[in-house]
Amino acid sequence: MRTRADRVRAWFLGLWTGVALLYLFIPVFVIAAFSFNDNQGRFNFTWQGFTLRHWENPFADPDLALAMKNSLLIAGISTAIAVVLGTFMALALVRYVFRGRGATDMFVFLPLATPEVVLGASLLGLFLTMAVTTGFTTIVIAHVMFTISYVVVTVKARLEGMDRHIEEAAMDLGATEWTAIRKITLPMIAPGVLAAALLAAAISVDDYVITSFNAGQTTTFPLFIFGATRQGVPPAVNVLATGLLVIILLLLALNVMVQRRLAARDRAAMPSR
Amino acid sequence: MPEVESDVRLEGVTKRFGDHVAVDALDLEIERGAFFAMLGPSGCGKTTTLRMIGGFEEPTSGRVHLGGEDVTDRPPFRRDVNTVFQSYALFPHLTVEKNIAFGLERQKLGKAEVKQRVAEALDMVQLGSFGARRPSELSGGQQQRVALARALVNRPRALLLDEPLGALDLRLRKELQLELKRLQRELGITFVHVTHDQEEAMSMADTIAVMREGRIDQAGSATDLYETPRTEFVASFLGISNFVDGRVIGADGDVASVETHDGAQLRLPAARLDAHGDVRIGVRPEKVQLAEPGGDVPSGWNVLRGQVIVAAFLGVSIQYLIRAAGGEELTVIAPNRDGTAPDVFTVGRDVLLTWNPDFTFVVEKEAPT
Repeated sequence: MRTRADRVRAWFLGLWTGVALLYLFIPVFVIAAFSFNDNQGRFNFTWQGFTLRHWENPFADPDLALAMKNSLLIAGISTAIAVVLGTFMALALVRYVFRGRGATDMFVFLPLATPEVVLGASLLGLFLTMAVTTGFTTIVIAHVMFTISYVVVTVKARLEGMDRHIEEAAMDLGATEWTAIRKITLPMIAPGVLAAALLAAAISVDDYVITSFNAGQTTTFPLFIFGATRQGVPPAVNVLATGLLVIILLLLALNVMVQRRLAARDRAAMPSR
Repeated sequence: MPEVESDVRLEGVTKRFGDHVAVDALDLEIERGAFFAMLGPSGCGKTTTLRMIGGFEEPTSGRVHLGGEDVTDRPPFRRDVNTVFQSYALFPHLTVEKNIAFGLERQKLGKAEVKQRVAEALDMVQLGSFGARRPSELSGGQQQRVALARALVNRPRALLLDEPLGALDLRLRKELQLELKRLQRELGITFVHVTHDQEEAMSMADTIAVMREGRIDQAGSATDLYETPRTEFVASFLGISNFVDGRVIGADGDVASVETHDGAQLRLPAARLDAHGDVRIGVRPEKVQLAEPGGDVPSGWNVLRGQVIVAAFLGVSIQYLIRAAGGEELTVIAPNRDGTAPDVFTVGRDVLLTWNPDFTFVVEKEAPT
């Protein structure tokens, strides 16, 4: 039976959650709302009426369009590289015993714990020492470097939850180690790999600090916005940011759906003892 | 001389994990078509032994032979044995059919043959209509059958079963025990079964090897192990045992005599004695009959005097705990034949414990630790 105290508690908990979510999402709402602002002049900071005109051609500014294209391209390439490298690193760390495993296990976390400024500055130092011209390629290298940690951590968690006997069963049935990985392990850890890829892509698109050190003449979306703040951010930025947000929300929803379905499937692999 | 080559043969196999010796210089031979059980408490090395036969662990020393071939250095995918894992280890992302076909596909068999053999295997485990399902849509017992079909469809030289029934409830376990036994008879494939459940081993296996601390304590049929255990460990692991210490005082033909410290003389088949001096002898609780002091005792039977401490009525039998005159506490299980027994040997009464000397066995004394 629900007592009065229960009701008060439930009501208060709901209120608290609502306030916390509001606090988190107000900036996002403001960005989305101001993409519909009929602003006059350079600045887009005060509400002056509703319009759809910014949505008609968000890529009108060629610099902004290029920055967005760069960001998406960098995210795509660096995520692909980081996911492949990170997945096999995770496999090696969980499945095999080798010299230096403990050290690797630790160092893989290092980029997560190091301040971004330090990472960005030291990478730039490295590129300068090696006389590498910074630009698109160096941004990709930088992004691979710090997203790989997230991939390793995510895929490792998935692998550690997987029954080792399943791979043994595959080998018992005549599969070589490589076939077992290809036919059994990779399909089974696919949800973890997918989650890692989404995380890596999101972090890559988002990154400002490390990118700014190693960008050279190349502009990415965050770099463009930061540069634009001085002369007034064009509403097209709000439009693109909102679009990006919607895409990411859709991907997240998709990810949750896939994970739920796979979780139901995998329950079979771990019978209760 | 042509000799039937044993299917599985271990030669002085030792496995160490760091300082821990899991399997200690084990010699083992399993005949073709046998149902062989390795029985022991957890940590006795039975699973490690099975994993070395399957190729999942490498012996620290010693050789593993399958069908006469030395396979010690071969990986699991190049050994013609298949394993049923305790956790079943089904592939969750594949259908039941694809799970079973996995081994056949690795052998690069034609599609038609794979399809036919998968269907046969499904029928064999009575899951004919479940081929299109995912493992998660099956019950524990059904998953177990899929694991069995997935292994047997490859027609292995030997099937290795690692506590395959451990995760199932009692009723299902009994059912699958019978089915495993039936399959093994029909297929004639060697089964090597690892379990810690003595009843499971006794009800299924032709030969049981009782393992302790990486060694085989005693191997033999269920009857051998139960009626004439040679170590205290085997005697206690398979059922309940009563032990009495004594000294050998002589033999008269086939019958030897042992005197307990309080002067009672007990007889037993002389062939079971291979030591002189101090020995420990035993008898199973259901072999002992209770009699009233001064009552009739068949001639030649062993007799000990004692006093009832506990009498527990269990319905089908009455279990007594009796303190013998020499101080040992002995268990006696008497069948409930006429429903009056509980009233006869009540707590505190003096009784005689009597049994046929043929049921007396001799165990190695445990080394004092």
